[in-house]
Amino acid sequence: MKRNAAFAALLLGFSVVATSTPSFADTNISIAGSTALLPLVKDASGAYQQAHSDVKISVSGGGSGTGINQVAAKAIDIGDSDITAPTHPELHDNRVAVIGFAIIVNPSVTVKNLTKKQLQDIFSEKITNWKEVGGPDQKIVVINRPRSSGTRAVFTKTIMNGIPVNESGLTEDATGTVVSVVKQTPGAISYAAFSGTHGQGLNEVSIDGVAPTDENILTGKYPVWSYEHMFTYGPPTGEVAKFIAFVAGNAELVRKDGFILLKDMKVTETDR
Amino acid sequence: MIALQARRSRRAEQFALNVLRLAAASVILAMAALLGYLAFEGTKTFYVDKFPLSQFLFSPDFSVDQNHPGAAVFIIGTLAVTTFAIVIGGPFGIAVGVFLSEIAPARMNQILKPAIEVMVGIPSVVYGWLGLTLLVPLIRTHTSSPSGFGLAAAGIVLAIMILPTVITLSEDAFRSLPPALKEGSLALGATRWQTIVRVLLPSASSGLAVALILGIARAVGETLAIQMVIGNATQFPSGLFSPTAALTTEIVTDMPGATEGSQLEHALFSMALLLLVIAMVLIVCVRFALRKRA
Repeated sequence: MKRNAAFAALLLGFSVVATSTPSFADTNISIAGSTALLPLVKDASGAYQQAHSDVKISVSGGGSGTGINQVAAKAIDIGDSDITAPTHPELHDNRVAVIGFAIIVNPSVTVKNLTKKQLQDIFSEKITNWKEVGGPDQKIVVINRPRSSGTRAVFTKTIMNGIPVNESGLTEDATGTVVSVVKQTPGAISYAAFSGTHGQGLNEVSIDGVAPTDENILTGKYPVWSYEHMFTYGPPTGEVAKFIAFVAGNAELVRKDGFILLKDMKVTETDR
Repeated sequence: MIALQARRSRRAEQFALNVLRLAAASVILAMAALLGYLAFEGTKTFYVDKFPLSQFLFSPDFSVDQNHPGAAVFIIGTLAVTTFAIVIGGPFGIAVGVFLSEIAPARMNQILKPAIEVMVGIPSVVYGWLGLTLLVPLIRTHTSSPSGFGLAAAGIVLAIMILPTVITLSEDAFRSLPPALKEGSLALGATRWQTIVRVLLPSASSGLAVALILGIARAVGETLAIQMVIGNATQFPSGLFSPTAALTTEIVTDMPGATEGSQLEHALFSMALLLLVIAMVLIVCVRFALRKRA
């Protein structure tokens, strides 16, 4: 009898805790996905939570594929991605910014410009020495991203034109790792988001004479860029919609983290 | 009164037994669920995507976006790094095992034993990181390898990681030998070295086989540490310093972005299933070696 009473009290205690939790934070927003977009979403969530104490936002990475999978499974509220999600018609595409991707080369290689054709030949390993493109006599070390990476999808789409990337290159799975490996390895070449490459002391080469700058992306001259997407299951509502608008409209944070404001773009693309 | 007490204690006993049975049953259930799920997901490559098993096992072309999930590179990669690790780490580990059980004075054991236990406790990401920051640059500057990533870096990291397993188990193998063997050999006038090589090593062989097989199992399953140094290149290793990839490293590299239900996801599950099969074969080998000893 006494034991039953204790059990009941325990149950009661649990239910009190359970029902009282929501009053600490009225809305929870969970976000995961692209590591390229991560810095912006993290900064924006900090600023948003400061202004709205009743909203709690949890942000994590995992990659574009993870973001799309998780939001399609309704496990999270927003899935961040560098690529579109054509196989998931139920997802609503909210574009929040534009990101450029630089071709990065180890500083020991003095080549300042590569043509699209030369890039295709390097990444399909038809060209294997820097001297073939006007550089020093040094072996080219190609560093790829994993097959499922959003960054790699953008690169193959805008540069490779359907030519398969040679898989015998090294593969590193995060922007940060790629940048540090290119920095350390003589002769290395790879590609990564501006937000990770600018100001790192790397050789960011021009493509067909066009330098990897925001200005050249706005005007449509530099080809390697994509929209950053924050996918929701169906059109966003309530605080989720407000937060997405906050991210896209926050000019200061967008620029600080190396992204380009949507409204600054002078060209548009439908399928990026 | 006494009868009542007896009945009560019998009931308590029954209850305790049932708890233990339930615990045992849940372990078996968890194993069965895991096996079933992996078998279900891991065979989708063959019955949903309709790829032949021979293509998965023997084709080196892993282009899932072009309908070609050949995993031969990863299978060979796993074999190569494991062989590398066991060729270096195996003899070395057995040598330390002999030293600990036959030669080292008790004081030495007191220092070495905890050191080996610490080696077991170091997380694999730490081994990988040390490999990335020390070993890879070392290989890059002292060999013809342009990047430093590759088979050698992964094999050396793995060899160090399997050492504790091989050392501990081979020491046990020597310690479990009947003392009369050693005493008899020494009494016949054999030196300590002769005793170790001609008497103890052959007698402990099945125990040493177990040590090596479990070392191999550890090497096959290791993921994070070697992913950081192997280079993750989808190509057969063409030399000691050539970048390549293993089954485990390929799974962890491409898993985060693999869309649910995609051929890539199915192929990765098939690799996981293959790893499980390899682990099971190795465990059967251990059982076999142990039975031979008994």
